[in-house]
Amino acid sequence: MEDNIPMAENTLILPKDSNDALALNVPMVEDKQYSTLNLGPVHPATHGIFQNILTMDGEKIVDSEQTVGYIHRAFEKIAERRPFYQITTLTDRLNYCSSPINNFGWHMTVEKLLGVKVPKRAEYIRVIMMELARISDHLICNSILGVDTGAYSGFLYVMQEREKIYEIYEEVCGARLTTNMGRIGGMERDLSPTAIAKIRDLVFNSFPKVWAEFETLFNRNKIFRDRIQNVGAISSARAMEYGFTGPNLRATGVDYDVRVIEPYSSYEDFDFEIPIGHKGDTFDRFMVRNGEVWESLKIIQQAIENLPEGPYYADEDHYYLPPKKEVYSSMEALIYHFKIVMGEIDAPVGEVYHAVEGGNGELGFYLISDGGRTPFRLHFRRPSFIYYQAYPEMCKGLTISDAVVIMSSLNVIAGELDA
Amino acid sequence: MINNESIVEEVVGQFGQKVFGFEEPFGLLTFTTNASDLIEVVGFLKNHPQFKFGFLTDLAGIHFPDNTGGELCSVCMLHSWENNIRVRIKVFVPISDPKVPTLTTLFAAANWQERETFDFYGIEYIGHPNLKRILNMEDMDYFPMRKEYPLEDATREDKIDALFGR
Repeated sequence: MEDNIPMAENTLILPKDSNDALALNVPMVEDKQYSTLNLGPVHPATHGIFQNILTMDGEKIVDSEQTVGYIHRAFEKIAERRPFYQITTLTDRLNYCSSPINNFGWHMTVEKLLGVKVPKRAEYIRVIMMELARISDHLICNSILGVDTGAYSGFLYVMQEREKIYEIYEEVCGARLTTNMGRIGGMERDLSPTAIAKIRDLVFNSFPKVWAEFETLFNRNKIFRDRIQNVGAISSARAMEYGFTGPNLRATGVDYDVRVIEPYSSYEDFDFEIPIGHKGDTFDRFMVRNGEVWESLKIIQQAIENLPEGPYYADEDHYYLPPKKEVYSSMEALIYHFKIVMGEIDAPVGEVYHAVEGGNGELGFYLISDGGRTPFRLHFRRPSFIYYQAYPEMCKGLTISDAVVIMSSLNVIAGELDA
Repeated sequence: MINNESIVEEVVGQFGQKVFGFEEPFGLLTFTTNASDLIEVVGFLKNHPQFKFGFLTDLAGIHFPDNTGGELCSVCMLHSWENNIRVRIKVFVPISDPKVPTLTTLFAAANWQERETFDFYGIEYIGHPNLKRILNMEDMDYFPMRKEYPLEDATREDKIDALFGR
């Protein structure tokens, strides 16, 4: 087993995993009576609609079978009949805790296909919005983990900060949850002075204090740590095999981050670190997300301080809507507006894969265009869907209360799971 | 230095005629292999001492109705984190007998992704431990992502393709 790990120890951190022994691998015995327990599909602790049929030996989980697909909406099929700009609204509904990341990931995929170079200012605005989205994603995940362990106050306390983030979304694009932010070729409008003031207030004043207080509530809290430490551990080798990416992978000690390994949208301009854990248990996942929030704050602070001047959209007449004023006064703008809205423009032939670092890991868009107005095939690489497979292995030998915190710390989002 | 050329050289040197159709759309090395050789090729790339394609990024199905004899395509994408290079491997199988060997023996992550591809395209992964539908209901009797199933109601006359469809 160990020989198959395709990594050298000097380049990536491979911790000697001490938790393999912790996962009690209870074999099923033929003539023994087991009880079956349904965790879900609707259960307050599953945070979404998915079912786990647990086979229990007394209090211990010996096996579990997952049923997913309760909110499957056939996005990949729908996308085959939609013009490119209309697919953005579908991506909103994948990981709805951090929809701007999905939106921009999709826009960048199409821009890659079209060969559009987006101006620096638009890229910086995107970075700011994506990092805000990552903060709100991690904030929800970590505070809900608190709720699942009985600590409600942290959740209520940070919720006002998420409200501020959503107000910034509202200022930038008009929507709060399903943002549909930006356009192919840039942003739909520049950051308004109000938006900049709100972002500055959030990242320099209010949020760091709140997050520091959130950490003091949890990080060294004995009850909380006893509850989540050494629970649901997975080794880095197994995590890689299971296709883990994002914070869940980094908690096992592998420093893989798409923002660093394949920088997109000017991420190479910013100075930040990748927090990693070393055991891959629930506590490490919690701490990695906590650390990432601080790094995201650092990125936003750098981006807002060094926000470049210049246009906020690329010169791409065929996909970027002309200004409304011109649509009403000039013939060309009206024609382009009509053609874009009706989706009459054929995309070039091509096969593109573009990945962004979503809230949960590598969010990939595999797009095949046959030269039509819609994609020939669009596949979303959804991190939740891929790593949720490991859940039975992670909760084997543990109790139901552990299974709940493991699911919570994996941050499985039903929208992303089922697409 | 490992780049697309060195991978092509090594793979062709190892497998010869079994790998073909090399192209590099947007810099991502893509090639095709036969269903019978898939495990060997992927295993070779995974266990190669320099390439180390140890991560299965993505696995998806595609339906090409016009590609007679190879209508269904199972495409997997590997990533070598150490060299930061990706490779995409395609297998074309006829729609009448869509059988591809499973990658679950090499990557645990392939399990659900192959179930998803089976669910939507009907590609049968030989040797898969639990090949059943995953996102659709289990008594569904067709494979909805295939191109012959239109998204819109085919009886509607107002939504003509010239205006609303492909």
